[in-house]
Order: sequence, then structure tokens, then C-alpha cells
Amino acid sequence: MSTPPLTAMQLGLHGCGVCGLVSRPAPGRDEGRCPRCDERLVFRKPASLERTWAYLIAAAICYVPANLLPVLTTSTVAGASSDTILQGVVLLWSPTGWPLSLIVLVASIMIPSAKILAVAYLLIKVQRGSVKNNEQCLRLYKTVEFIGRWSMVDVFVDTFTAALVQLQPLMSVEPAPGLFFFAAVVVLTMLAVESFDPRLIWDASNPSEVRHG
Amino acid sequence: MNRTFALTIAAAILYLIANSVPMLALTVVGREASTTVLGGVQQLWVDGQEVVAALVLFTAVIAPALQIGFMLAVTFGAHQERPRKWMGKLLRYYGASRTWSMIEVMMLGVLVALIKIADYATVIPGLALFLFGALVFLLPAIQVSFDAREVWDRIEWVRGGMSPDPGDVLGLKKG
Repeated sequence: MSTPPLTAMQLGLHGCGVCGLVSRPAPGRDEGRCPRCDERLVFRKPASLERTWAYLIAAAICYVPANLLPVLTTSTVAGASSDTILQGVVLLWSPTGWPLSLIVLVASIMIPSAKILAVAYLLIKVQRGSVKNNEQCLRLYKTVEFIGRWSMVDVFVDTFTAALVQLQPLMSVEPAPGLFFFAAVVVLTMLAVESFDPRLIWDASNPSEVRHG
Repeated sequence: MNRTFALTIAAAILYLIANSVPMLALTVVGREASTTVLGGVQQLWVDGQEVVAALVLFTAVIAPALQIGFMLAVTFGAHQERPRKWMGKLLRYYGASRTWSMIEVMMLGVLVALIKIADYATVIPGLALFLFGALVFLLPAIQVSFDAREVWDRIEWVRGGMSPDPGDVLGLKKG
């Protein structure tokens, strides 16, 4: 097998996350700042793994009430009933409505759980230094980063349903406590993805010593 | 850069109108109700979901406004031969606002809500629905036509004022 390629860190070069300029850290006062755009430069985000774990664990904890508690309460003259996210999916399922039901199922149930699992997988791989395939891990990270926002769909569905169906005393829909936890899962997983530094993937597959200067 | 400027102006106008006209209206047994995006946020707040209301306000109203606003300022400032240092800050904020601007996600949510409610009431799509629909395509069009590198290549540097020889920055040249 050929020798693994050098990383910019091993060459003592900084890449700027904002403007893309690659520079050598300037000595003295300007150290750690991008000469072009003044962004703080770091070889790797500080405490990236710890912060990602923290967000991820918080998201996993919120994931339980998000799925068990109702997100909407519907009050009619006949009485009130509450629906969880999964019940909402079942309610939407009909001969004509199944594509929508599928969208909600994927966006609200499959994406958040897949996201938590995928980020945990990346974290464990990087921590154990056992990354076999850099490109595959990076692709997984990019995919999670790209699809994460779509979990917000259910929050918007519930917002507009509750805003529109206000026909007291005939029928009214109100948001229920589960919505808060569900929104928290979406935001916490997005923050987890953002605090993970994908450059760590290369360190985990290339654990040679850092060469400064 | 001119095309980006034109697209951004269009997006700004659509955005302003879309937030002031109804998004969805409903009629059932002679009763009517309609809502805007802000109306939805207000209802969530009244119903005791303040945190979620703030999140919806941020992702559906504030972040898109910032995204369009920063892009307007960037395309405006980029007309100078040598864009000023503060343009770099605007470009950074533009990138951050894009992460949290979720117009396209909101549109999907509205469509699902529309079909859900259509089961027991007549739902009338409002003008804002179509304007937001146009924004869903306009915002990525801005992103595609805008090349940040074009600005970064000409921008005034924070350190040194003029862009030095690339070799100096990399520290490849000695003495």
C-alpha cells in the first residue's frame, strides 16, 4: 500500500473555513487569524468530539418524549384527542394520501433517528482511530448535514394546522408538549453536526505525528 | 454579479409581499379563517409553545430575511473594484444565515398541512403560498449564480491591505 497523503495540519498549514484561504500561521499578534477575512483559524475545532457528544446525547434524550408525547390536540364538540407524530403518520395514510404520509414518516421519524445513529457512528469511528474509508465517512457526514433540516417539516405542519384550525367551539387544534421536544431534537442534531469537525476523519485514518512550522 | 443582484432584488420583493398576505384560508360551514406565517407563530405563542414559536419565527422569517439582506449588501458592495474588509464579515454571516433559513422545508410543511386539513374543511391556497413557492426556486438560483470566490479574490485583506504573493502566505518563500 502507498503511504497515506499528508494533511494540511502535518504541513503546518491552516485552511480558513470562511474564505477558503490556505495560510501558514503568522508569528506574533496575528497568530490564529486568517490574513484575508480575520476568521479565527484552528487546525481542528477545539473539543469537537466532546461538544458533538454532548449535543448528540441531549438529542437522544429528547428523542424519547418527542415520540411518546402528543404533538397536537384536536378539540371538537365530541371531545378532545391527542396525536403523537407516529399517530399523525397513520392518520394521513389513505389510498390517496399515502405519499404525504410517507414524507412525514421519512422526515419526522426516519431522518432524526438515522441522524443520531450516523453521528454516533462517526464519533466512535474517529475516537477509536479506525476509519477505513475516508471518502465514505465524509459522504456520510455531508449527507447528514444536507438532510438534517428536513426534519423540521413536522414542526411547520403542526404550526400551520394549529394556526388555521381555530373554529371554536366547533373544532380547534392546539400544539401539545411533544412538539417542543421534537423541535429540540431537530435543533440539537443540527448543532451536533455543526460542531463535528470532518477533518478529524483524516486524523483517525492517518495517526502520524503532527509536524509544526 | 449583476444577475445575482437582480435575483436578490426579486427575492426581497417577493419575500416582503409573501409575509404580508394570507398563506392559507379555510371555510367550513360558513365560517372562515386565514393565516400568514407570522399568524402561525403568534398562535403557537398564545398556545404556550413559546420556544417552538421562536424557532419557527427564526427559521421561516428572520433567517430568510437576513439571507436576502446580506446578499443584497454583498452584491451591492462587490461592485467596487476593491471590496472593503467588512464585506468578508457579510459573506460569513450570509453563510451562517443560509443554514437556518428553511423556506423550502416550510413549504413542504404547509402543503402537508393543507392536504391534512382538506379532509374536513375547504382549504383555499393564498397568494403567499405561490410567492413562497417562487422563493423556493429563487434562493437556490441566487446561490448558484453567486460565486463567493470572485469576491474573495478581489477583497481588501484584513492584514496588510493588499493581497500578498501566495507564496508569502504559505511561508514557502524564505528571505
